[in-house]
Amino acid sequence: MAAVELEGLARHYGEREALWGVSLSLQRGQTLVVLGPNGAGKTTLLRILAALLRPHAGEVRVLDRRLPEESWQVRGEVGLLAHEPMLYRSLTAEENLRFHARLHGVQEQRVAELLAELSLSERAHEPLRTLSRGMVQRVAIARTVLHEPELLLLDEPYANLDPGALDLVDPLIGPGSGRTRVMCSHDPAGALREADVVLGLREGRVAVQGTPAEVSAEELEDLYR
Amino acid sequence: MSAQRESQVAAAQRESQVAAAQRESQVAGASREGELSLGAGAPAGALRAGEGTPAPTVPLRRAVGALLRKELLVELRTLESVPGMSLFALSTFVVFHFALNRNSVEGDLATGVLWVTLLFASLLGVNRLFVADAEEGGVDGFLLAPVDRSAMLIAKELTLLCYLVVLELVAVPAFALLLSVPMAHALPDLLLVLALADVGVAVVGTLVAALAVQTRARDLLGPLLGLPLLVPIVIGAARATSPLLVAGHAGTPAARWLAMLALYDLIFGLIAYAVFDFLLED
Repeated sequence: MAAVELEGLARHYGEREALWGVSLSLQRGQTLVVLGPNGAGKTTLLRILAALLRPHAGEVRVLDRRLPEESWQVRGEVGLLAHEPMLYRSLTAEENLRFHARLHGVQEQRVAELLAELSLSERAHEPLRTLSRGMVQRVAIARTVLHEPELLLLDEPYANLDPGALDLVDPLIGPGSGRTRVMCSHDPAGALREADVVLGLREGRVAVQGTPAEVSAEELEDLYR
Repeated sequence: MSAQRESQVAAAQRESQVAAAQRESQVAGASREGELSLGAGAPAGALRAGEGTPAPTVPLRRAVGALLRKELLVELRTLESVPGMSLFALSTFVVFHFALNRNSVEGDLATGVLWVTLLFASLLGVNRLFVADAEEGGVDGFLLAPVDRSAMLIAKELTLLCYLVVLELVAVPAFALLLSVPMAHALPDLLLVLALADVGVAVVGTLVAALAVQTRARDLLGPLLGLPLLVPIVIGAARATSPLLVAGHAGTPAARWLAMLALYDLIFGLIAYAVFDFLLED
């Protein structure tokens, strides 16, 4: 069963086409890695899948729901990790996660579990603005998986994480998480390692698409030249 | 795709199915505990804009409680709105004290000084109302949750209402002291006028702030949009207050001005409820 199905997806900002003619299918449990230079349309794609942006043309189905008509039913089933951590800098990690737990109807003991799992318990009561970027990224990852979403939308999820932190977050958002993942990345080699489907975007259009067996690292690196 | 990768994907799909079953079980459990509501309990907003059958959603009251708690906690930590509003009001009364060159004021003049000061002080709070959300991605975080969007409207209105109450707890006594306004006997009636005006400012202010925060010129747009919409509230509140601020407290607030304030609150409350979803939408 497909978790994500796109057919001729297009989206523009004023005159500028951010995405045009994107079609793909991603099965449940699979990982789609999206690559492309800055401004290629990766973040726009994630925001459309998260039902935060409306597509201007084409068909979008996420978890068997058509967007934007059934966006209400997709909310709560996706976890979006964007560049912006969606956390309040003046609040502590625990307060931020408790707030999101309440919004998602998640029991608050899950907050303590996640903080412990991500080795954040000791700093959980300090304002977020006093934490390092890597720690804030870990809190943002905890927020993303707090409600056990079926589909993870991850925009450069490993940014700012040291090797130790990578090991901590891997069970939550890595290939072993058992979740369907759509992940933006600038790492062609990593993409070929982790992906079941690779999508390369350039100026909003599909430049490369296929399984890792069908796509070469050179093609992906060419996206940035 | 290699056989090894296919087996990994198959295993991931199995795990995904197990995880989905676990999630459904958790949702059902949470629902029994009143954490979530389904179908009939879903908020009206869930059914708007042709979005189909509502999914499990957090009850509106809980969502408003979570948002309001967060708003007040952020303000308590940052002290970005209420202290500024209060200091502005105090400074303005001091300026009026010297500019008018009087030891005391009453009647229409006192009313004008009070309401113009409260109006401009409240605009400072209106301008800051959505800033933390806009700058820190809070609106997106909220929109990703299975929550009726009206929860944010109500929580922001209540937040602004709290700000205004604290502002008036500081500003009204200071006004009475600095400008020697006779108001001891008028206090119960004045509280009624303040309450009706505050509700109006909170409703209109939230609407304007939600609109302005989407633009780059939000600091300018907030007051520009807000002032014309708040003028009827100032007129109603000033007319209702005027007879209260005279020596000996001769009058009571005219019922028609109180009714006008209540009607304005109601109309803008309905308008805000109807359009707020669209302000948050892409």
